[in-house]
Amino acid sequence: MSELLPYRKAALGAQPDYLYTPYASTVKRSPSQPLILLPQSLSELTGPVFGHERVQAQDADLTRQHAGEPIGERIIVAGRVLDEDGRPVPHTLVEIWQANAAGRYQHKNDQHDAPLDPNFTGAGRTMTDVQGNYRFLTIRPGAYPWGNHPNAWRPAHIHFSLFGQAFATRLVTQMYFPGDPLLAFDPIYQSLPDEKARQRMIASFRLDLTEPQFALGLQFDIVLRGQYATPMEH
Amino acid sequence: MSHQLTPSQTVGPYLHIGLDWLNTRDLATASVQAERITIHGRLLDADGQPVPDGMIEFWQANAYGKYAHPADTRDLPLQEGFTGFGRQPTDQQGEFVFTTIKPGAVPALDGQLQAPHILVNIFARGLLRQLVTRLYFPGDDHASDPVMRVIPQARQKTLIAVVQPDDPSHLQWNIVMGGGANETVFFDL
Repeated sequence: MSELLPYRKAALGAQPDYLYTPYASTVKRSPSQPLILLPQSLSELTGPVFGHERVQAQDADLTRQHAGEPIGERIIVAGRVLDEDGRPVPHTLVEIWQANAAGRYQHKNDQHDAPLDPNFTGAGRTMTDVQGNYRFLTIRPGAYPWGNHPNAWRPAHIHFSLFGQAFATRLVTQMYFPGDPLLAFDPIYQSLPDEKARQRMIASFRLDLTEPQFALGLQFDIVLRGQYATPMEH
Repeated sequence: MSHQLTPSQTVGPYLHIGLDWLNTRDLATASVQAERITIHGRLLDADGQPVPDGMIEFWQANAYGKYAHPADTRDLPLQEGFTGFGRQPTDQQGEFVFTTIKPGAVPALDGQLQAPHILVNIFARGLLRQLVTRLYFPGDDHASDPVMRVIPQARQKTLIAVVQPDDPSHLQWNIVMGGGANETVFFDL
C-alpha cells in the first residue's frame, strides 16, 4: 500500500498566502475563514491520468502552429519534473501559455496596445518522459502593462500547469527569466515572502541546451509535493 | 527532502489560451451506464459578484467508488469512458455547468466510509494558489462523513449541492470565494 502515503505539507512560506494586498485581485477572491485541514484519503491520493495519446509531438513546438514563423527570439524551455525527494514524475501532463514577443496575449480580454502575431497562439503542452523530462520550443514572451497599480508591468513569464501523480500535487505556476529587472516590482512574483522560494520560479540560461544558430536554452525544473515516508509522519 | 517545492502562482486572466483544450462538459461518455447528474454553479467573489475568468476542475470516483488511477488497487470495476476528471471555465455570469455520474462512496485511509463527493480545484486571476473544496450530494448521510464531521455545523451546507425543484437530476452548487457568512468551506490539503 506504499501508494497510499499522504503528501507532505508545504513548509511555512513555501507557498503564497491567498491574501496578498499588493496584488489587488486577491482582496475579493480570498477566503476570510480559516481553511479546514483535509485528511488525505484515496480521493486526494489519486488524480487524473492522461495518456500520451492526448498530446501530439507538435504541441510542444509553439513556433510551428501557423503558416509562418512567429516574430521573436526563439527559446528552448526544458527541464525535469521531480518530487521533493528528487524522484522524477514521469508521464505527467505539462500545459503552458504565454504572451507573444510584443507582450500581447491571443485573448479577447487583452486590450494592450501591442501587435498580435498571426503566427503565434502561445499555447503548448507535452507529457514528461520516463525520467520526468519535458521540452518546449517557443519564443521569449514580452513584458506587458497591467492595471494593478500605477505603471505596473508584469515581468516576462510563461504560465505552467502540472498535475503530478495525484489531486494533491496539482500545481499552476509561472516561469520567469533570469535577470529581469521587473521582478523586483511585481506583486505576483513578490507574493512569496521567501527570496529563495521566489528564485525557484526563475529559469536558468544553459549554453548546453542552446542550439547553435537556432535558439537559446533555458532550464526550468519543477518540484511537486513528495509523500511522507510512513503513514505515521502524517 | 532533497528538493524544494516550486511555488504556486495565479493562472491570470488569460488562462483559456492554454487550458480550454481540456474543457469537459460531460465527464462520462454516452456509453457509461449510470444515472446522469447535471451540476449548475456560479463562482462568486467576496461581494457576491460573479467571477467571469475562473476555471473549475473536478475529480471523482466512478459509480462503484473506484478511482481510475493506479493507487486505487481495490478490486472494483472501472467504467470505460469515464476517467473522473473534468474542467470547465466560468462564463461572463460566473456560471459553470457540467454533467457527470454520481460517484460511489470511497473509504478514508482508516477505513471509515466517506459520503459520495467530488473534489474541486478552483483557479482564477487573484488566486495565487488554487482553492480546494468538495461537492457533496443532497440526501446522503453527511453526519458520519469524516471530513464533514470536522466542519462547523453552520458551514457544512456550503458543500452540499441543492436539488433544483423542477428536475431532480439537476443540482445547484455555488462557490463563494470570500466574504464570511456564506463563504464556501475551503480546505488545507
